[in-house]
Amino acid sequence: MLVAILAALASPKTLVLADVAHPVSGPPIEQAYVLVEEGRIAAVGQASAYEATGDEHILRCAVLTPGLVDARGTVGLTGQYNIDHDQDMLEHSAPIQPELRAIDAYNPQERLVEWIRQFGTTTVHTGHAPGELISGRTMICKTSGATMQDAAIKEDAMVACTLGEGALKSGGKSPGTRSKSVALLRQELIRAREYARKHADWDGEEAPPARDLKLEALEAVLAGEMPLLVHAHRTQDIMNALRIAEEFEIDIVLDGAAEAYRVIDEIQQAGVPVIVHPMLIRMYGELENAAFTTPTVLAASDIPFAMQTGYESYVPKVRVLVFEAAQAAAHGLGFDRALRACTLDSARLLGVEDRVGSLDVGKDADLAMWDGDPFEWTTHCTGVMIDGETVSSAIR
Amino acid sequence: MRESHTMLSILLAGSLAATHTTLFTNGTIVPVTGPEIEHGAVLIEGGVITAVGPATDITPPAQKGGLTTIDLQGGVLMPGLVCTHSHIGGWGGGDGSDPLQPETRILDAIDVDDPGFRRAVAGGLTTLNIMPGSGHLCSGQTIYVKLREADTIDDRLIRTPSGGIAGGLKMANGTNPQRDAPFPGTRGKSAALVRQKLIQAQEYMEAMARAGDDPEKRPDRDLALEVLAEALRGDRIVHHHTHRHDDIMTVLRLADEFGFRVVLHHVSDGWKIADEIAAAGAPCSIIVVDSPGGKQEAIDIDFKTGAVLSEAGVPIAYHTDDWITDSRYFLRSPAMGMRAGLDRETALRSVTINAADMLDLGDRIGSIEVGKDADLVWLSGDPFSVYTTVNGTWVEGDRVFDRTDDEDLLFAQGGWGAGNAERPYMCCEEHAVGGAQ
Repeated sequence: MLVAILAALASPKTLVLADVAHPVSGPPIEQAYVLVEEGRIAAVGQASAYEATGDEHILRCAVLTPGLVDARGTVGLTGQYNIDHDQDMLEHSAPIQPELRAIDAYNPQERLVEWIRQFGTTTVHTGHAPGELISGRTMICKTSGATMQDAAIKEDAMVACTLGEGALKSGGKSPGTRSKSVALLRQELIRAREYARKHADWDGEEAPPARDLKLEALEAVLAGEMPLLVHAHRTQDIMNALRIAEEFEIDIVLDGAAEAYRVIDEIQQAGVPVIVHPMLIRMYGELENAAFTTPTVLAASDIPFAMQTGYESYVPKVRVLVFEAAQAAAHGLGFDRALRACTLDSARLLGVEDRVGSLDVGKDADLAMWDGDPFEWTTHCTGVMIDGETVSSAIR
Repeated sequence: MRESHTMLSILLAGSLAATHTTLFTNGTIVPVTGPEIEHGAVLIEGGVITAVGPATDITPPAQKGGLTTIDLQGGVLMPGLVCTHSHIGGWGGGDGSDPLQPETRILDAIDVDDPGFRRAVAGGLTTLNIMPGSGHLCSGQTIYVKLREADTIDDRLIRTPSGGIAGGLKMANGTNPQRDAPFPGTRGKSAALVRQKLIQAQEYMEAMARAGDDPEKRPDRDLALEVLAEALRGDRIVHHHTHRHDDIMTVLRLADEFGFRVVLHHVSDGWKIADEIAAAGAPCSIIVVDSPGGKQEAIDIDFKTGAVLSEAGVPIAYHTDDWITDSRYFLRSPAMGMRAGLDRETALRSVTINAADMLDLGDRIGSIEVGKDADLVWLSGDPFSVYTTVNGTWVEGDRVFDRTDDEDLLFAQGGWGAGNAERPYMCCEEHAVGGAQ
């Protein structure tokens, strides 16, 4: 008996029973079960087919989805107080600073991380915000964990770039115009290319060329190790991003893309994925022509895209992914595709689909439980699991 | 639709308005002040509701002009939504010269062509309280407007029974009005400045009263004190921005000392002092934002505020604070309140009759009742479902939003040409413009 209990503690099994489960990678399953063992999904199917062993810890919910994957945010670098001491997502001392790593700033114990976790977000691509030409790097992490190391899935994900009004400066500082932004960016990428060549050509005998963290980061972009995440909303800014991608043969991901519907063919031909702006974002300034229907347009054009919560300098300090996907679902995207856009599609776009994004055997047991359609404003998130651990039992 | 607003069409509209009759049928009527009516109908004539009830009971009168019938297609007809706190079209009020500027009017700053108005009717809104910002202890006079089609702001004004311009007075405390002198630097200073100004207004009123009918004895006319006097007489409601529990209590203390009528706005911490607010009899208009914080005084904001206040007996409304939240999903705010325990009936009231009452307009708008203005919104389904669309909006019998009209749909969904001239209001500009600046 004692041995059995110890065995159960050492290797606890959790059985999650749902009236309906949405694996996302396949059709919904009525009266479903998901078996969780050692932090992973061990089995998925119809509850009637499950053979109980009697030592399972059982959780129940009406609707079960994969934990949500936020394709772009700044949470953890952004804190709730909105004072200098908890706003690490933007460093304004220079326009190009790709040497700034998200991992050096991410606070896994920030209350806003807990906040989004309670609404079913289990993975977030977070980091330096839009607002400088190159503001720094991003990381991908779980929304649990006491330290950054506990949380991180990918410590260096992308290099965050902003084209357009959001990164322009006044008072004689550069970049003050779009043209200057692009010129500065191109010049820096050319420097990085030369830097890479110098290091590759080093014969190992003379003193090695000096290391430069800034150029090293851009070298990684040129080498295809990190995509350039380009925040661009207006048509000309989107086209500038595509032109730079072509000139330097680099991978880019469009972030925001409010006017994507104006250049949808160009984006499609360039093969560039889009992390579309939050649906509940304020639609003024360079977002004045934003549309709730942009995700639907991207879907119709077979452009890979995902939902995000973005960056907000005022309130709300973080947005909540399920609400953003809900608004897209209601404006033509539909339930199934909207759910995919905040789970499996975002995991794929971020390159972490082997770990998260769907209810498939072998993936991390990151689950979100709901008492109804997750996208209805009046539905609650009733439980959240990350790596097989219950990380929220709040009724949100 | 505005493009067709030629002089001729204005004349035609004017002549039709008196006789124009519309029958809404084949849907659920949500009067708000009475039980829902399945298979109901509403008749409106001359911009006023003339009948409401089961469809079988309502017979349109014999027509001199035409009768328009709106098939609700099984959807919902409810009163036009009333937003107690909006900034659409207006970026004005007081300037940086003084923390108390009751003499300024948002009326004088409104861009009537702001696309935000088109978005608002696309969200089912028909009446707004447009306010100056919260960067002053008193930033000026607000206006209550109907979202009629308009060439000038005058076309949208609501007139009081005596012919005046309906509106309130915007005040604020907490951290937004705190900045360099002459603005206050602390909460204590904020309250002292307000009290001193209100005492001046009391003395002004007393001097006026002493003068009686003798113009020679009257004090020099003072626009600021004149407006504060309206507030102190109860003719002008004070709409007070306030977040933290102690700031809310300060507002109630000042309202008690000086006797002005107040609606508490935002009330992030309202759930902590619900009984005190109820005892003071102050209605509350609540903001919904999607995460706590953004500033220290709002870190405990909670979706449960509406439920807690309502259970304590406080009349509640929600507001958009547009541009803070977009008017197109105004119904989401009470829905989020329901998510945290608010009952459905109060949720419906919170964006209609309760909101109307907070603007002293509850006898004219806010419910579907015979004799009230024909301000209506037609929804495709449950008002609180994300999947529900606004199909049509009527102000005083005129259709101001039609989802089947391509131009109207553009403003409902966004897209090329839906450009928004809205600008952030004064308190928050430095934080919000350009996202990162």
